[in-house]
Amino acid sequence: MMWLFLVTDALLFAGFLGGYAFCRLASDKPWPDRTQVFDLTFITLMTFALITSSTTMASAVLAARNGRLQAARGFLLVTALIGLGFLGMQAVEWSHFIHAGARMDSNPWGVPGFSSYFFLITGFHGTHVLIGVVVLLLTTLRSLQRSNADELVEVVGLYWHFVDLVWVFVFGCYYLV
Amino acid sequence: MSTHAHAPAHEAKPLGIDPPGTTHVSHEHHEFGFLRKYIFSTDHKVIGLQFLFTGLVMLLLGGLMAMAIRWQLAYPWTEMPVLGRLLFPATGGVTTPEGYTMLFTMHGTLMIFFVVIPLLTGTFGNYLIPLMLGAPDMAFPRLNMLGYWFWWPGIFCILLSFGAEGGGPAAGWTAYPPLSTIESAAPGSNWGQNWMLISLTFVGVSSMMGAVNYVTTIVKMRAPGMTFFRMPLSIWSLLVAALLQLFALPVLTAATFMQLFDRLFDAGFFTPTGVIINNVSPEAIGQAAGGHPLLWQHLFWFYAHPAVYILVVPSMGFVSDILAVHGRKPIFGYKPMVYSICGIAGLGFIVWGHHMFMSGMNPSVGLVFMTATIMIALPSAVKVFNWLGTLWGARIQVTTPMLFAVSFVAMFIIGGLSGIWMASTPVDIYIHDTYIIVAHFHYVVFAGSMMAIFAAIYHWFPKMFGRAMNETLGKIHFVGTFIALNGVFYMMHQLGLAGLMRRTADPYAYETYAHLQPMNQFISWCAFALLGWQIFFVLNFFGSMVWGKRVGRNPWNACSLEWEAPSPPGHGNFDKPLAVYHGPYEYGVPDAPKDFVPQTQKAVGFQVHA
Repeated sequence: MMWLFLVTDALLFAGFLGGYAFCRLASDKPWPDRTQVFDLTFITLMTFALITSSTTMASAVLAARNGRLQAARGFLLVTALIGLGFLGMQAVEWSHFIHAGARMDSNPWGVPGFSSYFFLITGFHGTHVLIGVVVLLLTTLRSLQRSNADELVEVVGLYWHFVDLVWVFVFGCYYLV
Repeated sequence: MSTHAHAPAHEAKPLGIDPPGTTHVSHEHHEFGFLRKYIFSTDHKVIGLQFLFTGLVMLLLGGLMAMAIRWQLAYPWTEMPVLGRLLFPATGGVTTPEGYTMLFTMHGTLMIFFVVIPLLTGTFGNYLIPLMLGAPDMAFPRLNMLGYWFWWPGIFCILLSFGAEGGGPAAGWTAYPPLSTIESAAPGSNWGQNWMLISLTFVGVSSMMGAVNYVTTIVKMRAPGMTFFRMPLSIWSLLVAALLQLFALPVLTAATFMQLFDRLFDAGFFTPTGVIINNVSPEAIGQAAGGHPLLWQHLFWFYAHPAVYILVVPSMGFVSDILAVHGRKPIFGYKPMVYSICGIAGLGFIVWGHHMFMSGMNPSVGLVFMTATIMIALPSAVKVFNWLGTLWGARIQVTTPMLFAVSFVAMFIIGGLSGIWMASTPVDIYIHDTYIIVAHFHYVVFAGSMMAIFAAIYHWFPKMFGRAMNETLGKIHFVGTFIALNGVFYMMHQLGLAGLMRRTADPYAYETYAHLQPMNQFISWCAFALLGWQIFFVLNFFGSMVWGKRVGRNPWNACSLEWEAPSPPGHGNFDKPLAVYHGPYEYGVPDAPKDFVPQTQKAVGFQVHA
C-alpha cells in the first residue's frame, strides 16, 4: 500500500520534472548558468544532510525490528531533526534566491521558467519533507507503543527514503546538469 | 444496509465446503447509529451505493446540459423551453455564445469525472471487489470512506464554478492553454477555471485512495483457493483500471497544479511568448511568457488517454461476466481475455499523442503514435471475438442485463472500428475536431460504458437491495434507449463527414453547413427522447427498491462468490466460511447435478472446465 502510494507520488514528480526538462530543452534562450546563480557548496551540504538522514532512518528501522525501541526512538528523533535542518537550509536558499530577484513569474537571469519550475519543484519537495518530519515526530511520540511498531517504522522509513531519492533527482536536474 | 433477518432462507444445495459451514465468520454484529450506518459508513457496500446514488444524480445534471446543447444546435438563438430560464435568465432563456461553450465544457467534465468513472470504479469497484473475492470488507475501510468524502469537495467546487464571475470554465474539458490560463481569454477563464482545477485535484485524491485500496484488497484479501486466474473478469478489469488510475492520475495532478500556478501566480508554464489574446499581450500585463502550451497537451493526454480506458475497461469486465451468466456458457478464452485487458491498458500509456496530430507536433512522432494506436485494435479484437465466441451456441436468456450487455458488444464494435480508422494521421487531418470524433467517443462512452453500467445495475440490483428489478419495464427501457442513442450518435458520423466542426455554437452561420440543420434537429429530438425515456429506468429503479419481487441469494444461478452471500449482504458479507475450488464460469458442465457449479462447490464425479 505504501509502495503503491509512492508509485503515484513518484509519477507526480515525474510530471513536474518532465515538464521542466521539456521547458529547458525547448527553450529558445540560453538556460541560466547554475554556478552563477546558486551557491553549490551550500546545496551539496543540504544534499549531504538529507542523505545522512536516510542512514539514521535505516538504523531506526533496524532497531525497531530488533525490538530496541529506545534506540529506534533516538534515531527517529535525529532523522526528524536533520529533516528540520534541511527545511531551514532550504528556507535560506529560497530567501537568497528571492532577494536576488527571482519570482514565480520572472527572474533576472532570463528564462522565466527557470525560477517558476524551481519554486514549483523544490516547493513540492519541501512540502513532502515537512509532512515527513511531522509523521516522524508523531511516530516517535505515539506509534512506538503499538504492538506493530516495527511495521509502522518501516512504512515511515519507505516514505522518507523516497523523499530523499526525489531530492537526488531534483539535485541532479537543477544543480548538476 | 438491512441485516441478515431480511434475507430469505438459503435454498438447500450441495455446497461441498469442508469443514461444513456452520460457524459465523462475519464480524461481530455492531449496532451503529444512523450516521455511522448510512452516512459515514466504512462498509464497502454502503460506500458503493453512495457512489451509485451520487453518480446517478450527476448523470441527470450532465444529461440536462446535453439537452441544452442540443437545443442550441437544433434551434440556435431561440428561447430554450424549461431549462432556458434557469440557465440564461439574463437573455430570457436564449443561449449565449459563451454560455454554450461553458455548457459543453461542463457536460464533458461532469460526465467523465463525476459520472462514468465513479459509477464504474466507485460503485461497482466498491460493491463487487470484496464480495467477488470472498472478503468481509476492503483492506482499508476507513481510507475507503475517506475516498468517497474527498469526492464531495470536488463536486462542491465544480458546482461553485457555475456561480463564479463570468460563469463556469469554458476552455473545453481538456482545458487547453492559453484559453484556460489567461483570464482575459474567455469569460469563464476567471475563477470558474480555478474552481474546476481545484475540483479535479480533489477528485484525483479521491480516485487515488480508491485505487490503492482496490489493488491491495485484490492482492491480499482473496478467499482460500481464489487464485488470480480464478477471479471473475470483473475483478481483473477493476484491478487493471485501478492500476491505470495509479499510474496516470498523478501526472494530471501535476499538470493541474502547474496550470493553477500559471493562473494564480503568473508562473507562465504554459503561456507562450508573443501571444495576443483579446487584443492584450499577457506579457504587457505582467504575466510570464516563454512557456509551452504543447506541454499541457502532453501532460494532460498522458493522463487522459489512459483515463479513456478507465472508462471502458471495467465495463468490458462486467459485460464478460453478464454474457457468461445469462448465456449459461463459460466465457470463451478466459486467459486471452485477461491478457488482452492488460494489453489494452499497457498500450494505452503510449498512444496519447494521437490526440495531438494537429497540434504542430513533429510528424515523425505522430507516426509512432499512429502505429501504437492501431496496435490497440489487436487486444480489442481478441475481446470482441471472445464475446462473440461466448454467445455462439449459448443458451441465451433474454433478460434485461443480457440485452444491455449484448448491445454493449455491438456498440463497442462501431465505436472501436471508427477509432482505428481515425487513428491514422492522414484521415485525422480531415476529420480532426469534427462531429466524427464526437460520434466516436460517445459510441464508446455512452453506447459502450453507459450501457454496461445499466447492464451491471440490472444484474447486481438483486444483490444490492434483495429485490429484482421489473423485467418488463427494463425491456421497455432498453428498446427505447437503444433506438434513441443510435438516432443521436450514428447521425453524428454523417455530420462529421460533411465537415461540421464540434464546439461551435452556431455552425449554420457558415453557409457550407446551413443544410445540416435538419439533421441536427433530428438528432436533438432523438436526444430529448433518450433522456425522457430514462423515466422508465428511474421508475423501475426506485419502484423495485420498494415493491420489487424478493429474491434469494442467487436469482441468476451464477457461479461467482457474491451470490453466496445473503441478498443484501449483512455487515461482514458472508455468513459461512468460503473455499474456492475452480473458476467462476462453470456453466453447462457435463454430468454436473445442475447447469452451473458454484465456485464453492467441489467437482466430485465430474470434470469442470478450468
